[in-house]
Amino acid sequence: MAEYKWPEPEKRNLIGKRISRIDGPFKVSGRAKYCYDIKRPGVLYAKMLRCPHAHAKIVSIDISAAEKMPGVKAVRIIQNVGKEIKWAGDDIIGVAAVDESTAEDAVRAIKVQYEILPHLVIDADPPPPAPADANTPLSTSDLRDLISKKTPENEIIAKIQAQGLFADDNLLRQVEQAGGSPSLLSAVRAAKFVEPGPYRRVAAQSVGDPEKAFAGAEVISEGFYGNRVITHCCLEPHGMTTEWTDEKNLLVHPSTQNVSGTAAQMATPLEIPATNIKLHQDHIGGGFGSKFGPDSWGIECARISKQAGGKPVKLFLERAAELMVAGARPSAYAHVKIGAKKDGTIVAWESESWGTGGPGGGGSPPLPYVFNIPNQHKQHTAVATNIGPARAWRAPNHPQGCLITMSALEDMAAQLNMNPLDFFLKNIELTGPRAQTYRDELKIAADLIGWDRNWHPRGDKTAGPIKRGLGLSIHTWGGAGHASECDITIQPDGSVELKMGTQDLGVGTRTALAIVVADTLGLPLEAVKILIGDNSYPVSGPSGGSTTIGGISASSRRGAVDARDLIFARAAPALDAKPEELEAWGGVIRVKKDPSRSLRWAQACAKLGGMPITVRGKNPGPEKLNDQGVGGVQMADVSVDIETGIAKINKIVAVQDCGLIIDLKTAESQVYGAMIMGVTYALYEEKVMDQQTGTMLNPNMEFYKLAGLGDIGELVVHMMTGKGYDERGPIGLGEPPTVSPGAVISNAVANAIGVRVPTLPLTPNRVLAALEKGGNHASI
Amino acid sequence: MNDEKKNGDDEPTSESSGFSRRSFLKVSGISLSVPLVIGPRTVRIAGEDVKVYGPGKVPITLDINSKKYTAEVEPRMTLLDTLRNELELTGAKRVCDRASCGACTVIVDGKAVYSCTVLALEAQGKAITTVEGLMNGDKLHPVQQAFVDNDAQQCGFCTPGFVVACKAFLDKHPHPTPQELGSGLGGNLCRCGTYMGIRAAVMQVARGGQNG
Repeated sequence: MAEYKWPEPEKRNLIGKRISRIDGPFKVSGRAKYCYDIKRPGVLYAKMLRCPHAHAKIVSIDISAAEKMPGVKAVRIIQNVGKEIKWAGDDIIGVAAVDESTAEDAVRAIKVQYEILPHLVIDADPPPPAPADANTPLSTSDLRDLISKKTPENEIIAKIQAQGLFADDNLLRQVEQAGGSPSLLSAVRAAKFVEPGPYRRVAAQSVGDPEKAFAGAEVISEGFYGNRVITHCCLEPHGMTTEWTDEKNLLVHPSTQNVSGTAAQMATPLEIPATNIKLHQDHIGGGFGSKFGPDSWGIECARISKQAGGKPVKLFLERAAELMVAGARPSAYAHVKIGAKKDGTIVAWESESWGTGGPGGGGSPPLPYVFNIPNQHKQHTAVATNIGPARAWRAPNHPQGCLITMSALEDMAAQLNMNPLDFFLKNIELTGPRAQTYRDELKIAADLIGWDRNWHPRGDKTAGPIKRGLGLSIHTWGGAGHASECDITIQPDGSVELKMGTQDLGVGTRTALAIVVADTLGLPLEAVKILIGDNSYPVSGPSGGSTTIGGISASSRRGAVDARDLIFARAAPALDAKPEELEAWGGVIRVKKDPSRSLRWAQACAKLGGMPITVRGKNPGPEKLNDQGVGGVQMADVSVDIETGIAKINKIVAVQDCGLIIDLKTAESQVYGAMIMGVTYALYEEKVMDQQTGTMLNPNMEFYKLAGLGDIGELVVHMMTGKGYDERGPIGLGEPPTVSPGAVISNAVANAIGVRVPTLPLTPNRVLAALEKGGNHASI
Repeated sequence: MNDEKKNGDDEPTSESSGFSRRSFLKVSGISLSVPLVIGPRTVRIAGEDVKVYGPGKVPITLDINSKKYTAEVEPRMTLLDTLRNELELTGAKRVCDRASCGACTVIVDGKAVYSCTVLALEAQGKAITTVEGLMNGDKLHPVQQAFVDNDAQQCGFCTPGFVVACKAFLDKHPHPTPQELGSGLGGNLCRCGTYMGIRAAVMQVARGGQNG
């Protein structure tokens, strides 16, 4: 029976070391080809006419001039007269032409008239008071909740009849999937359907006895916190090149986080079998959660290609469109009330939260975050707006929940005149099973940032306009490995190849696969060829939710162990040993107890007898090779100029647990990157919408600001490794360290200037406004 | 003139976004009714003879990485789009497309420039170095090697522009201070957050290319 478990530390030659990524030399030299770089023979360039209005109905379309232009090969009306458009930038007409400028000219030659409808592009504005009656229509999730709570069916049907249902394309299917009976389904079909308004209140939730707990609390802290909608701003925009290799077969080069799953999403709308869609992507220039599907424009790209006689059509979004329609992280705002005892014990939480994020209404942040306060009362409202739809953004909902919770807790600590580090430690058991991890991490982080030396009570009292402060935050994420398969082939000459339908988002997936396979086979890194990014390879999950490393490391480990054991079986007779007495180490197969009896790897593989072997590795599979649930701590040191309102990062420390680390170098890079992305959303990023026109005011990179090399201060990363961590196996790292930066920076700014700046990003105008107004717990 | 304006001001416009220098650059001077013309005409303006190219495609010759490249491009074509779409030199990336992010950085006559805001026509007769020109045979340039050693890349889409910007920066500041580094490389942006690696890479080269 094969032993799949991860090798002991002394048997790891590569795993856990600092190893340079294997595709690095290609990326630094411009040889790495992204799908945006691919130029297929005879390619046509597609451009979109986009709706300039946030909410409108198409009244007329005239494409005749565009169609007549030399070089234009296809003009395709995507949304026709009568169609209601719900956000600015949505696709109306696609044009393919021999070059980009001709396609742009053709788009300009198209006439579209719109009837402009009222729009809603608010962000931080609170929702109006809830209607007094309970007769608001039921949403799909309300119905699912009722079914899952085993509410008697006649009661559900009565509610449907009395209240009606929100119109939802997927309603019937969802009710069916939730286990709705035929009579319930017919009640759904017969129901009165209501278009949901922009304000969608989620049913209030209570835990424990919040009323009693607040009545008994000795100290109450109240505050308002939130963050604006931000966009993904992937440097490689969304898009793809599609071409029909014949009537029924499509070749796709997309920018995608989902190599194995994209064909299935394209097949139905294109009315071809998914098996007829061949997809290849070597590199992707950023995704961050926004590139899981082909998107409407990807489907349209294939249709335009068909209209142009099957020719390759390249459609990648312009920067403005990328920022308008291809990614939005929902905003979240909350009025929070916390009750505590004088000794710092937290007893109660109350929050009234809302958030926006496009027509779907955005997400619902987990509140309170990480600290499971025993008595809670929560109410959330999702606000639907006329902006491009929300998408998953690294650690969906967590940064928002973290900002709101950690800010409110820090404000409570200030109210209690407690050092927030002591306050967090006092309540750390509320975090549940990872309490000890947080305790250890808080200590390490405090040492690294000099918390005891540098922390002062709220409000830097030193003279001069530059105020310095410290802040802290903790976060969590799941990160269990996704389903993943790979084929590992060993040739009789000893060469090794792995194929997997996964993708490398820049996190080092290729490198991690090479490390796992090479270490398992006792080979150097460069002895293993890694082939990914093609949907003809074994299926592996989409890269999202920090699920990749757990999935791909486990499937490749199992496959490599099985392949190695086959080689052991062939080599054993020549070494006069049983297969289980052998080990692979340092490029040889040898007898564990007598390493002098050995065969070089190639000699052992020669025993395959002329034919290669291919082994399938799978996750899930035998033995548990990865876990889920991590804890991380961050602390920030900032300086704020109270005359200009400019906040600057001096230092941020991240202490992070992620189980067994495969490549320490790329793991650290990912944490640095998460902190830098965090500095960006904490200080600069904001999708600014014009209330009058409903359009985005900053769909470009000079006013949609990203942090530069000089803006990030000193960053320190400490990874929790060794006993207690390694044996859990690899756990994903993409999300967790992106969660806390907003909260730590906001807390550090509050500590520096003595008042809370309620909303991110902490731009100078907001800092100055907070100083002017006082704000939560002003003590300066 | 762009013909959409011919129909009067009351017509709703079909433009998706407002004005930008880039779209102005791309549209200006184009008349769709004029037949394609190759080669410049000479027009006398304010007492001087001025060469006017286009509006059709014109032949150009570019000196890139010490090699001559020829192409036929419209005068409105940027150096970046010419590199990427006509010459298949795709190391320089199109990201912001308006001189904000540096992903398209190339070196022209010794200076780092945003190739998205240089017209291909104007780049003629100048020595252009792209990221593809930095390797010496199979050997990475010391800046490239330092990027690999210090993991100064994640998705890698900003990386070629950064590598070229770092090379040009180090040519002028062989021993930069952290402040010089922050401002000297502030014209390039990364979304994954690779700045720590980039700082370390630049300092490695400044030390003489030694890793560590």
